[in-house]
Amino acid sequence: MKKTGPVEIVKPKDLQEAIALVRKGGMPLAGGTDVFVRIRKGFWDPPFLVYIGELPELRGIEFREDGAEVGAAVTHAELLRSKLPQKLPIFRLVLEKLGAPAIREMGTIGGNVANASPAGDTLIPLYLLEARVNTVGPEGERSLPIEEFILGPGKTALKPGEIIRSFWIPFPGGEPEAYFHKVGRRRALYIAVLSLGALVWLDGEVIQDARLALGAVAPTVIRARGVEEELRGRRLVREDLEPLCDKLAATTRPITDVRGPDWYRREATGRLLLGLLRLRRDTA
Amino acid sequence: MRISFTLNGRRVEVDVPPGRRLLDLLREDLGLTGTKEGCGEGECGACTVLVNGRPRLSCLTAAIQVDGKEVLTIEGLRENGELHPLQRAFVEAAGVQCGFCTPGFIMAAYALLKENPDPTPQEVKDWLSGNLCRCTGYQQIVEAVLLAAKYMRDG
Repeated sequence: MKKTGPVEIVKPKDLQEAIALVRKGGMPLAGGTDVFVRIRKGFWDPPFLVYIGELPELRGIEFREDGAEVGAAVTHAELLRSKLPQKLPIFRLVLEKLGAPAIREMGTIGGNVANASPAGDTLIPLYLLEARVNTVGPEGERSLPIEEFILGPGKTALKPGEIIRSFWIPFPGGEPEAYFHKVGRRRALYIAVLSLGALVWLDGEVIQDARLALGAVAPTVIRARGVEEELRGRRLVREDLEPLCDKLAATTRPITDVRGPDWYRREATGRLLLGLLRLRRDTA
Repeated sequence: MRISFTLNGRRVEVDVPPGRRLLDLLREDLGLTGTKEGCGEGECGACTVLVNGRPRLSCLTAAIQVDGKEVLTIEGLRENGELHPLQRAFVEAAGVQCGFCTPGFIMAAYALLKENPDPTPQEVKDWLSGNLCRCTGYQQIVEAVLLAAKYMRDG
């Protein structure tokens, strides 16, 4: 059923009141880019919404020596304007492809993660950097690795009354090259049919280390650790990468949906590995 | 719920359900029908307005989210009875056909030119990727934004 009237929204005065309201069954609202669409389409019918988008406890980015703590209600546009993309270029590559300017001004990193979409763009850098999700709820604070926080499509480890407070994003050692390729049916404002994000540590043309995260080809974003392992010691040349394409494709568990068939997702994932060749300094 | 915000430079105070869409608040309660509803779900950009100088989709914004903020709509661009350079450029470059998407394009472009007064054609296209037009084929819209940028740079 399509909902036409205004939905009830409560604005808590602080984090404690927000937790109490969510505990009572209220659904957290931050940017609204997903919540309002799903309520309007009748997919969700929460008794009321709790507007947490401007709570100071969920705002701001704090840089430390070894990483950054990003508030859950920081918008994608704020992340792009911050120093984070300078420190971690993977964020620039991903965020510039997320939605369009107005969506980026509205949507938040916490909302993107809470949605737990297998195609959630911000999950790619969070998986690559092995970020932690800091939650707060009636029983206090918790901190979980992102891979333990996301349980499946739309499913997270949040307990009743818990909300995401922030993300701890550790800076990786060295200076890895960042790569992101999002496949879609348009050039902008699209949800990924599949995506590959990577961090690659190079010594000349030899791969010292690599991390690969795949989007929209499994119930959650996944790391391809088997392929990461095999990349170590190989040269960043076509002959060395090509034998691994099938192996990367085999790590996927794709479904067929409105955006594409499963066989396409599997095959295209394998070929995306060759995109890493663009990280070669001589061909850039 | 009583909220107050600045609308096109003027302070307004309204009694409104907190979940009322900014779009409905503008069009139905305050009579500013320049802002249009296209898809109602964030795909088309027709309802773009600026909140604190940044583009936002008014169909996915609740009244409570603009409490205490500054809202700028297409009606707020004209100064002293003169069209804003963006509006003038859209007319001159034929960036308008049926006109339904135009307020959204102009508000999005306004935000771009504030941030980047001399964009390349590709930067204009990238920035306007969240706005759909079913008439012009976009070429004239891009030309209009580049022309407006020139007008604004030349003062």
